[in-house]
Amino acid sequence: MTWIPEVASNLAGKVDGVLLTITLLSLFFFVLITVILVVFAIKYKRKRDDEETPYITGSEPLEIIWTVIPSILLIALFVYGFVVYKEMRNPPADAVDITVTGKQWLWTFDYYNGKKTLNQLYVEQNRPVRLVMMSDDVLHSFFVPGFRTKQDVLPGRYVQLWFTPTKIGTFDIFCAEYCGTGHSVMLGKVNVLSPEAYDIWESGLPGEGGQSVASLPPAELGEKIYKEKGCNACHSVDGSTLVGPSFKGVYDHKVELADGSQVDADENYLRESILEPQAKTVKGFQPVMPSFKGILSDDEVTAVIAYIKTLK
Amino acid sequence: MANHTIAHDVYVPFLEKKGFLSWILTTDHKRIGILYLVSTSLFFLAAGIIALLMRFELLTPASDFVDPHTYNVLFTLHGSIMVFFFIVPGLAASFGNFLIPLMIGARDVAFPKLNIASYWIYLLGTAILLVGLLKPADTGWTFYTPYSATTNTDVVLMTFGVFVLGFSSILTGLNFIVTTHKMRAPGMTWHRLPLFIWASYATSILQLLATPVVGITLLLLITERTLGVGFFDPAKGGDPILFQNFFWFYSHPAVYIMIIPAMGVISEIIPVFSRKPIFGYKAIAYSSLGIAFISFLVWAHHMFVSGISETAAMIFSFLTFLVAIPTAIKVFNWTATLYKGSIQLHSAMLYALGFIFLFTIGGLTGVFLGALAADVHLHDTYFVVAHMHYVMIGGTVMGFFGALHFWYPKWFGKMFNETVAKIAWFFVFVGFNVTFFPQFFLGVQGMPRRYASYPAEFESLMSLSTYGSWILGFGILVMVINLLSGLISGPKAPENPYNSLSLEWQIPSPPPHENFEEIPQVTDWTYGYGKKKELEV
Repeated sequence: MTWIPEVASNLAGKVDGVLLTITLLSLFFFVLITVILVVFAIKYKRKRDDEETPYITGSEPLEIIWTVIPSILLIALFVYGFVVYKEMRNPPADAVDITVTGKQWLWTFDYYNGKKTLNQLYVEQNRPVRLVMMSDDVLHSFFVPGFRTKQDVLPGRYVQLWFTPTKIGTFDIFCAEYCGTGHSVMLGKVNVLSPEAYDIWESGLPGEGGQSVASLPPAELGEKIYKEKGCNACHSVDGSTLVGPSFKGVYDHKVELADGSQVDADENYLRESILEPQAKTVKGFQPVMPSFKGILSDDEVTAVIAYIKTLK
Repeated sequence: MANHTIAHDVYVPFLEKKGFLSWILTTDHKRIGILYLVSTSLFFLAAGIIALLMRFELLTPASDFVDPHTYNVLFTLHGSIMVFFFIVPGLAASFGNFLIPLMIGARDVAFPKLNIASYWIYLLGTAILLVGLLKPADTGWTFYTPYSATTNTDVVLMTFGVFVLGFSSILTGLNFIVTTHKMRAPGMTWHRLPLFIWASYATSILQLLATPVVGITLLLLITERTLGVGFFDPAKGGDPILFQNFFWFYSHPAVYIMIIPAMGVISEIIPVFSRKPIFGYKAIAYSSLGIAFISFLVWAHHMFVSGISETAAMIFSFLTFLVAIPTAIKVFNWTATLYKGSIQLHSAMLYALGFIFLFTIGGLTGVFLGALAADVHLHDTYFVVAHMHYVMIGGTVMGFFGALHFWYPKWFGKMFNETVAKIAWFFVFVGFNVTFFPQFFLGVQGMPRRYASYPAEFESLMSLSTYGSWILGFGILVMVINLLSGLISGPKAPENPYNSLSLEWQIPSPPPHENFEEIPQVTDWTYGYGKKKELEV
């Protein structure tokens, strides 16, 4: 078991310094109080009912000592915490901007070159990144434990967050501000690529992920997209009802819509539901699904439909 | 004491009258205290069972026991009921009502009819809440906008219930403030007052001044939902951060409404079972007021990552550190009271010592959250959940249980089984730590709060926490059974089983309706335990 996620950004080590300092000071006071409490409780435990006790009502020197010493320590901790915080909130001028949009219950990332990814953020190792973030609906919070940083994402207003990733690898993105039914599945990953790998990714086609997926059969690609692009947040594949209807057995069956009419869940219905989710909402479900137009390519939509077909 | 033995044949305990009307129409502060005690305890047990259900869902990473929406409803109910229906009125209104007149040597509170009216308002609030349960809200107890303004669950009834409840809190606070000023027995000067009274006084000020703000806030939210006026929803031109400012302007002081009475309880229990005067009386008394004052100025420490400015964050972080100082002073003074005492580990004393231990952890982990850089990482993770429960259960609930065991003989005139009480304490103490201590580690590792399902890497600590909740639940069950069976078949309680010097222990158990046969003349403070140093050979 690790105590804390691996340090993966320039700021993480500094935050850990603050955490460690407070931990050590807290441990000192905690042990002090506990030892005194236990020693007193044992040493002065009542042996006879008529024991005499001294009449001690207080001590000014002690009151001063235990007011002044903690005050000094607390002010020092405040300053330490603020200094690191200030750095966390002020991105360097050369940071790369990426636009982040949070919506129930996924993250989209827009890059300077027109690329757009879903739930997968691609950044280059050792290059400062500034995320410019806004929400499409309710509050969310962009949290990467490995980077020790977090920022609430608000509707109608940009907020920023910056970091310099220092480790190659993938790191969890959690939504940390409660945002409704799918809150706990609003998950993403930061993919920190080496400069070489990042160049390859950067020059790839818009809307495409990091690795080549062309070699996968459509249904397998569809399953991959289902997991990576957040469909699984709301649609189960085992028949259970989450936020949206389950994918199991939906293909080629009659579906009852919110307006009472019925429709055949064929390829075209599924395609429309991915690209224009509000056009024909299934009865009993809220019209809350975001559109995947511009997020999934035609090939990817086809692959997802191929995957749905396998779920009988 | 002599007085009442003479008048013993006319002594009628306040519990004597029976029947529904004798309770619901009573103006006796001791009966109203029992009404609050029973209602808040029922809510505590209900919200506790909801917590057990939540922890059961979290035993495994997948969302399998209940669906995510139901889980979200469960934590909303758990938080709202615990905060608004149990912990705010719990100690302050139940023990406040019972003890304030007895401790200051009065026959009742200043406005007895207003007092029962406050309880009716509390009932009305709970009734509205219960209707709201038909389609319960899924917003969390914080009702953050814009989610709370847009979700299709019944946020309006739930918040309206809390709004109504607020008036009960405001009026009770007002009543207690006036009572403390005007009803003290002759000779009961401010610096002779029991520290529970100082604590209740500080709490009452908070109730009176802070509660209206949450009332207004929830009303604005209701207006937004029903009439579409955009106070908080940016789509309608509002500001979601404004809601957070308003909400925490009440809800942070509310934290102290919950904890300060418990601090008062601890200050009563420790001297009695140590046979020592309370150490640093004035420091403890004025630190209650100090905490109450600073608590109005720290609300935005709940919002360090919400998008407030750096300057605001700096100021609020600094003020938050200030609030740690009076809290630390109290802990040091309680501990010093034990020095050279004659310590009896009565169950109430065990809860008091448990309070100091757990509250110290709760307080120290608050320092992490007050430090800006650390808070950015820990905010909205299980670290906050653990910290908050160490303060609220480790602090307030331990104080509540301590108070129950301590004043039980006085209030009900019966004794409970002391051995069983200690066994229950042991399970509560161990179960609590097993439940919540792992959550500090979960938070440091990044596990966000309010997750219906969670990544597999957190499973071992999450399931440990769930096992702990079973131990804690068992301990509380044993405690409840023990206290209830004491009521039915416990032996009769003596007038003053712990040889306390406080006024409430100098009258029969349970007290007569009018409390004191004659209003006592107070000549000394309540903590005159131990042998005063004299010039001797």
